[in-house]
Amino acid sequence: MKGKVHKYGADVNTDVIIPARYLSLSEPAELAEHCMEDIDKDFLKTVQPGDIMMATTNFGCGSSREHAPLAIKASGISCVIAKSFARIFFRNAINIGLPLLECEEAVDKTEAGDILEVDLSSGKIKNLTSGIEFTARPYPDFMAELISTGGLIEHTKQRLAGRRS
Amino acid sequence: MTLVEKILAAHTDRKEVSPGEFVNVTVDLILANDITAPIAIKEFQRIGVSKVFDPKKIVMVADHFVPNKDIASAEQAKLMRDFCRQHETLHFDVGQMGIEHVLLPEQGLVLPGDVVIGADSHTCTYGALGAFATGMGSTDIAAAMATGDIWMKVPPTIKLVYHGSLRKWVGGKDLILYTIGDIGIDGALYSAMEFAGKVVDTLSMDGRFTMANMAIEAGAKAGIFRVDNKTQLYIKSRVERPYNVYEPDNDAEYSQVIEYDVSDIEPQVALPHSPANAKPISQVGDVEIDQAVIGSCTNGRLEDLRIAAQVLKGRAVHPRVRCIIIPGTQQIYLDALTGGIIETFIKAGAVVSTPTCGPCLGGYMGVLAAGECCISTTNRNFVGRMGSPKSEVYLASPAVAAASAVMGRITSPDEISG
Repeated sequence: MKGKVHKYGADVNTDVIIPARYLSLSEPAELAEHCMEDIDKDFLKTVQPGDIMMATTNFGCGSSREHAPLAIKASGISCVIAKSFARIFFRNAINIGLPLLECEEAVDKTEAGDILEVDLSSGKIKNLTSGIEFTARPYPDFMAELISTGGLIEHTKQRLAGRRS
Repeated sequence: MTLVEKILAAHTDRKEVSPGEFVNVTVDLILANDITAPIAIKEFQRIGVSKVFDPKKIVMVADHFVPNKDIASAEQAKLMRDFCRQHETLHFDVGQMGIEHVLLPEQGLVLPGDVVIGADSHTCTYGALGAFATGMGSTDIAAAMATGDIWMKVPPTIKLVYHGSLRKWVGGKDLILYTIGDIGIDGALYSAMEFAGKVVDTLSMDGRFTMANMAIEAGAKAGIFRVDNKTQLYIKSRVERPYNVYEPDNDAEYSQVIEYDVSDIEPQVALPHSPANAKPISQVGDVEIDQAVIGSCTNGRLEDLRIAAQVLKGRAVHPRVRCIIIPGTQQIYLDALTGGIIETFIKAGAVVSTPTCGPCLGGYMGVLAAGECCISTTNRNFVGRMGSPKSEVYLASPAVAAASAVMGRITSPDEISG
């Protein structure tokens, strides 16, 4: 995947990713229309399919609302790269198929607007603007298995099928 | 093993677990609410099973946007109601409902040693009862409703020990704000926080619920207390099933042990826009307020209302301030009513609402306009949390919120009641 970077700071929380006033919506496309609007009015005007969201530490802190990764994904963002993620957001993103990568160096050495190329299977991140390459922290084996099965729902289907057989 | 490790191990097929391990954990209770249940139900249906694993272990509470604030929220509450009827799960609707994290312990649905998962980040509240309780998303809850278990990474435990004695007007809310202010908004990320020490032993159950509730504001997976006489007394009249009390081993390994002497701690206020922005009230400065909210899963319990009433009794809410008070459950509302507390609030010029999460997350029943400032006993003060992205929220205890409502600016209850 390849896209332009939208870069944010620390503690980007679920209230700014998708404000609660829109939580009576649950369709991803409707949620996406309000993604990040309270801290970045330009995000929705400039985001293109495939773009990459980047932040420093504790991305996605706050609520358990799955509406947050759903809104980011439906806005066209292909993956989020951060130094660290809040744990509920991390689970939610993996479960709904929004890829996350943890890579401190990539965050430190990437500017907003840079173009990145990301290979999820190897965790390689290449900054095409600066030419620098980075490697994201690998997923633990269990998480990698969960992702390769297609997320938690698919994983659960297979487990239940296994129990029945 | 620590307390958390013991509870988790008892819910797996293993004798021991240690931090960092991935384990499959059986769950005693699964929770969702009117904004997280709709997605969970949709995902559950994708799994393709016809029944939930155990309807008695699934509870859904309509508390965020009910009584329905608009058509969309009415549709969500209905979707949840229909699902609960179809699958015969536990369901608390208008009339029986309360704010989920106040309601479930009150109803005896959470007991010591339980593993509880909820599609709400403040599920960690139940750690006050010596349960392992953690917030997750809707899809996690959907999977668990089908299987009765969930994957987890065993968290390391940070032990927080509170020494000394509490000053007047200082309680659980101040201790947790002080702690988050010290360790930061991600200071316990992926960890469990075990609250200990003489000071927490002296706290009421209501005070402990407040502390466990805000463990998530430091990024924690859970907050937990050991079970003592107060816990036993609290659950005694509510218990309907057996439970296990676990104790940490003497040689339990903690990732950190943090000790605080709380004797000099003043009432704390978290300034916009982070719960970690905690300051002693004497350093807050002159902040005029437009609204005060007393309630929520953090501070909507009877003790909280009693303290607010103690401050508001015989006084009047400042003419510029809208003071909104929200009992956490119908039972608390009733107890406050028969105890004369509601009368005190109304005579002071406050409004009292049916239980709801409403204003805490900018849903309804107290949404802020641009430029407005609110002091609130809730748990988050992020940009736009209670309404306009140009509004401001200060977090504090019920005592400070009530005193500030009277003065029209953020102040200590000492200033008005000596």
